Amino acid sequence: MTQAILTIEDYAKTFHLHERNKAIPSASHVNLSVYPGRLTALIGPTGAGKSSVLKGIYRTYLPSSGRILFRSKAGNIIDLAKAGEHQILELRKQEIGFVTQFLYCLPRKSAIEVVAEPLFARGVDSHEARGRAEKLLAQLAVPSHLWNVPPATFSGGEKQRVNLARGLIAQPRLLLLDEPTASLDPATTERVVEHIQSLKETGIAMLAIFHHPDLVKRLADEVVELSPPIAVTELRKD
Amino acid sequence: MSNKILEVRGLSRIHGKGCPLCTQHTGPDFDTNICPYCGSVVAAHDINFDLYRGEILGIIGESGSGKSSTVKMLYFDDAPTSGQATFFDGAEQHDLFSLNAAQQRSMRNKRFGMVYQNPHLGLNFQISAGGNIAERLLMSDLKHYAEISRRAGELLSRTEVSLARMDQNPKTFSGGMQQRVQIAKALATRPPLLFLDEVTTGLDLSVQAAILDLILEIQTELGTAMIVVTHDLGVIRLLAGRTLVMKHGRVIESGLTDQILEDPQHAYTQRLVASAL
Repeated sequence: MTQAILTIEDYAKTFHLHERNKAIPSASHVNLSVYPGRLTALIGPTGAGKSSVLKGIYRTYLPSSGRILFRSKAGNIIDLAKAGEHQILELRKQEIGFVTQFLYCLPRKSAIEVVAEPLFARGVDSHEARGRAEKLLAQLAVPSHLWNVPPATFSGGEKQRVNLARGLIAQPRLLLLDEPTASLDPATTERVVEHIQSLKETGIAMLAIFHHPDLVKRLADEVVELSPPIAVTELRKD
Repeated sequence: MSNKILEVRGLSRIHGKGCPLCTQHTGPDFDTNICPYCGSVVAAHDINFDLYRGEILGIIGESGSGKSSTVKMLYFDDAPTSGQATFFDGAEQHDLFSLNAAQQRSMRNKRFGMVYQNPHLGLNFQISAGGNIAERLLMSDLKHYAEISRRAGELLSRTEVSLARMDQNPKTFSGGMQQRVQIAKALATRPPLLFLDEVTTGLDLSVQAAILDLILEIQTELGTAMIVVTHDLGVIRLLAGRTLVMKHGRVIESGLTDQILEDPQHAYTQRLVASAL
């Protein structure tokens, strides 16, 4: 097998809520690897820390312990748990993508602009970026009469497809997917599955959480099962 | 070459005579920025950060946290009690607080831009909208009338101010439009560094959204580095890649904006985020 692009060693995340004087563990003892052109699926019950792992990699959460080793395009091994903020921002722009369940975007931007934005940020020519955005929106079955409308008024499923297109368009080397098909109908889910398969063929490494066990069976090359970390502890008062 | 455009180290401002105990007995742990011994106000203490080219940095905090004080010092509206700020301008490097008054003026007029919450601070209400921009263009090196007029028109239409209103006095404009004229004026000299101090505060939500959109478009088009001061978490979520959280004159926490919002470390930030979302 080829070298892993991402290796997580003993990741743990605990939230310290000062006001409530509580420490809430959200993930512990997580070990996994993700390989180019392959998909690793995270499974486990609610509260097992699946999203926590993705957010720790993307550094939306500050990992409490463990190493998150990412092999960059230049061949360097970067510990994402400790990397500087500017380095993380650069990796997000160039190499690591994250499709979350929610779409945050500016109120006046059309769907095409929202989707093309990661390409603009990389300096891709506006005409080309829009062209690629249109193609992807079509592939994900977003009706063309919506392309020039801001997504604020879209249905949940339409918003999610815009969000997905935005995450997929820049073809990052590592893609994190948090329930990318959660609110999609079966036909659209099928299109997303096909798209994920084609991304695998281009060599993109993926770490994903799926709502349906069926999708795990179809798409995953590796499966990592997480179990919920030990219960909430009271912080010692000093 | 480093991508750094601004490096701030140990920036501090004490209003009042100050005493040796001022900084030891103020701050978040004491829940005040007023020195109990001499009554001086510690507006900012030991502020450190780097800003990269084309980056938007958010500074968030409540009134009196020191966020505006920090930006005022960098824009020479106020002088620090101590600390350094280095501005990296192409191959040149300027120690901002060692510049003389004329050099500071030149820096403000040509290399920096500022947009204030209060349009009265950023605009001259004695002259037209176009005149405001022409004024700033004149302070840079543009001297030719036709060229100045053309650039002023360009800037106003870029910030979506109707050209029909170019010759009107901005005091007749709505709040949102005044902010757009301020932005056009601040951008007139294409500065690589722009300060925005609560620019959407007090505007209608729909107008706020349009201004935020405009700011982000400009950042993408011109690659302008920005420091955005706000008490509004929604503003930093949309604009800033990184954020400093200030309270009682101190930076209590800094990080990637999504991390600050989803995994705040400091008790105050946790409270701030919990009460807003």
